[in-house]
Amino acid sequence: MSVNRSDIENIARLARLSLKEDEVAGYVETLGNILAMVGQLDRADTAGVDPMAHPLAGQTQRLRPDEVTETDRHALYQENAPRVEGGYYIVPRVIE
Amino acid sequence: MSAAPLHARTLAELAAGLAAREFSSVELTRHLLARLETAQPQLNAMVSITAETALAAAAQADGAIAAGKAGPLTGLPIVHKDIFCTQGVRTTCGSRMLENFVSPYDATVVAKLKAAGTVMLGKSNMDEFAMGSSNETSHFGPVRNPWDTTLVPGGSSGGSAAAVCARLVPAATATDTGGSIRQPAALTGTTGLKPTYGRVSRYGMIAFASSLDQAGVLAASAEDCALLLTAMAGFDPRDSTSVDVPVPDYAAALGASAKGLRIGVVKEFFDTGLDADNERQLRAALAVYASLGATIEEVSLPNVGLSVPTYYVVAPAECSSNLARFDGVRFGHRCEKPKDLLDLYQRSRGEGFGAEVKRRIMTGTYVLSAGYYDAYYLKAQRVRQLISADFARAFERVDVLMGPTTPTPAFALGAKTADPVTMYLNDIYTIGANLAGLPALSVPCGFVRDLPVGLQIVGPHFSEAKLLAAAHALQRETDWHRQIPRLWL
Repeated sequence: MSVNRSDIENIARLARLSLKEDEVAGYVETLGNILAMVGQLDRADTAGVDPMAHPLAGQTQRLRPDEVTETDRHALYQENAPRVEGGYYIVPRVIE
Repeated sequence: MSAAPLHARTLAELAAGLAAREFSSVELTRHLLARLETAQPQLNAMVSITAETALAAAAQADGAIAAGKAGPLTGLPIVHKDIFCTQGVRTTCGSRMLENFVSPYDATVVAKLKAAGTVMLGKSNMDEFAMGSSNETSHFGPVRNPWDTTLVPGGSSGGSAAAVCARLVPAATATDTGGSIRQPAALTGTTGLKPTYGRVSRYGMIAFASSLDQAGVLAASAEDCALLLTAMAGFDPRDSTSVDVPVPDYAAALGASAKGLRIGVVKEFFDTGLDADNERQLRAALAVYASLGATIEEVSLPNVGLSVPTYYVVAPAECSSNLARFDGVRFGHRCEKPKDLLDLYQRSRGEGFGAEVKRRIMTGTYVLSAGYYDAYYLKAQRVRQLISADFARAFERVDVLMGPTTPTPAFALGAKTADPVTMYLNDIYTIGANLAGLPALSVPCGFVRDLPVGLQIVGPHFSEAKLLAAAHALQRETDWHRQIPRLWL
C-alpha cells in the first residue's frame, strides 16, 4: 500500500495537524513503509475470528451510586489553559 | 551489614539501613540528588529534578521512622516517569505540547507511592508520549545509555532505566504499551515488570493506547520490583479498566522455589533475527533454571510473528483518538496569533507534537478512516484475538514462557531513526504480552560485547507473583543484576 502527497495532506487535515513541506515528503515515504509492513496481516486467516478490543475478556463497565463525588475545581484546572476570561476558554471567533 | 555505598544498594537494603538508623532519608536523598545533578549533562535521564520537595518529603519520612510509624517503603527515594501526573510539578510526557503543564492532581500511582512514604526525586525523561524504542523522540533530547553514552538506553522509559542503571536512584516508575519497560530494562541491565492489563491504576497516567497501556516498575532487582508493585497495584474506581482482584504481598511470595516450574521456551523468538551471542546468554539462564529443578519445553506461538503489524494498527489508532484532546484550548501548547479555530487546532498540534507522534497520529487516522477501517483496524483486532489465543493455549501446558527481551544489545544513537519500521522491529518479542494483556518482566541474564541483555518471562493474567519469584530465583544464582557501569560505581 503506498500513499501520495494528497493522501498525506488529507490525513493531516482529518487529524488537524499542520505540516511543513519537508514533513509531507517524509511522511509519504515513512507511512508508505509502515502500511507495507502492516500489510503482512493479510497473511493471517481470520475467517470466523471475533475482533478483540480489550485484553481481559468478560470485563464490564461498573455502575456506581448516583452521588456527587467530584467538587468544582474549574479555576484550578483552568490555570493550565492558554487563555481564559471569566471562567471561559477563549478561542478565535467562530460565528461572525 | 553491607558496606556498599548508599547508591549501590537495593531498596530492600536501603530500608534495612534506614530502620537501623545507619543513615537518614535526608542523607540518602542528598546523596542521590547530587548524583542526579552530576549525571544530567552526560545521561539526560531527567526532565525535572525536584530537590526542594524531595528534601521536605525525606525529612517527613525521617520523622515517621523516628516515631516508629515507618512502612516498608518509608524514606526510600524513587523517580517517576514524566508520564505520571504530579500535583504542582511539571508533567511534560516528553513533549513540547506539555512543556509548561503543571498537573493539578496526582496520578493514583504517585499518590499511592507518596502515601507509602517514598521520596520523589524528580521526573524521568522519556520518548514523547511514550512513542519510541530508543528514547530519541523526547522534546528534551535523547537519554544516553550509562554502559556507553554513544548508545541508546531503550525506550520509551529510557530515563527511568538509565537512572536506575547508573544508580542515580534505586527504583523508578515506568509504563509499557509495547515493551517500554522491558526493552529499556534489557538494554540497561535493570529489572523491569509490566503487570497485567488493569493490575495498576492508570488514573493520571497520560494515555497513549488505552487497550495496551499499563504502569509498572524498573529497579535493580526482582525483590525491589515486588516491594514497589505491592504498594502500586490494586483497584481504583477512577480507572474504568482497573480490575478488582486482591493484591498479594509480592515480596512475601518471592521465596517460591523454581523446582517443578514448567517453563515454555518460545520457539518463534529464537527462529530469526536473534543475535547469536544473545541466544547463548539466554540458553545459559535456562540452564540455571534447569539446575534448580524447573522443566523446560519448547512452545510454539504460531501467530506471534504478526505482533508488530497488529500493534502498528491498534496502537496508532488508539493514539490518534487519545491525542485528539490536545487542541490548544484547555491546556498544552497554543500557537501564536491563530487566524481562526481550525488554524488554532492545526498549528497548535503541528508545533506541539514531534515527528514520531505526528507519524503515529496520522497512521491511526488513516487506518480508522472511511474505507480502511475493516481492512486495517478490524483485521488487526482479529489477528490480536489469534495471538492472544496462542498464549492461552501455551499456558495450558506451562507456567511461564521465556525468551529474549530484545534481538540485540543496545544500539547506537541515530542508528534506527531514519526508518521507523526498523525501529518498530525492536519490540518484536515484547508486543505480544501487551496485545494479550499479560504480565511480563525482563531480567538481566548476561553480557554481550560488554553490554547487558535481558531474559523475558511472560505469565498468565495476574501471575505477577510467579514471574517475580522466577526472576528472584535467577538473581539468587547469578549476579548479572548487581553489575554497575564502571563510571557510575
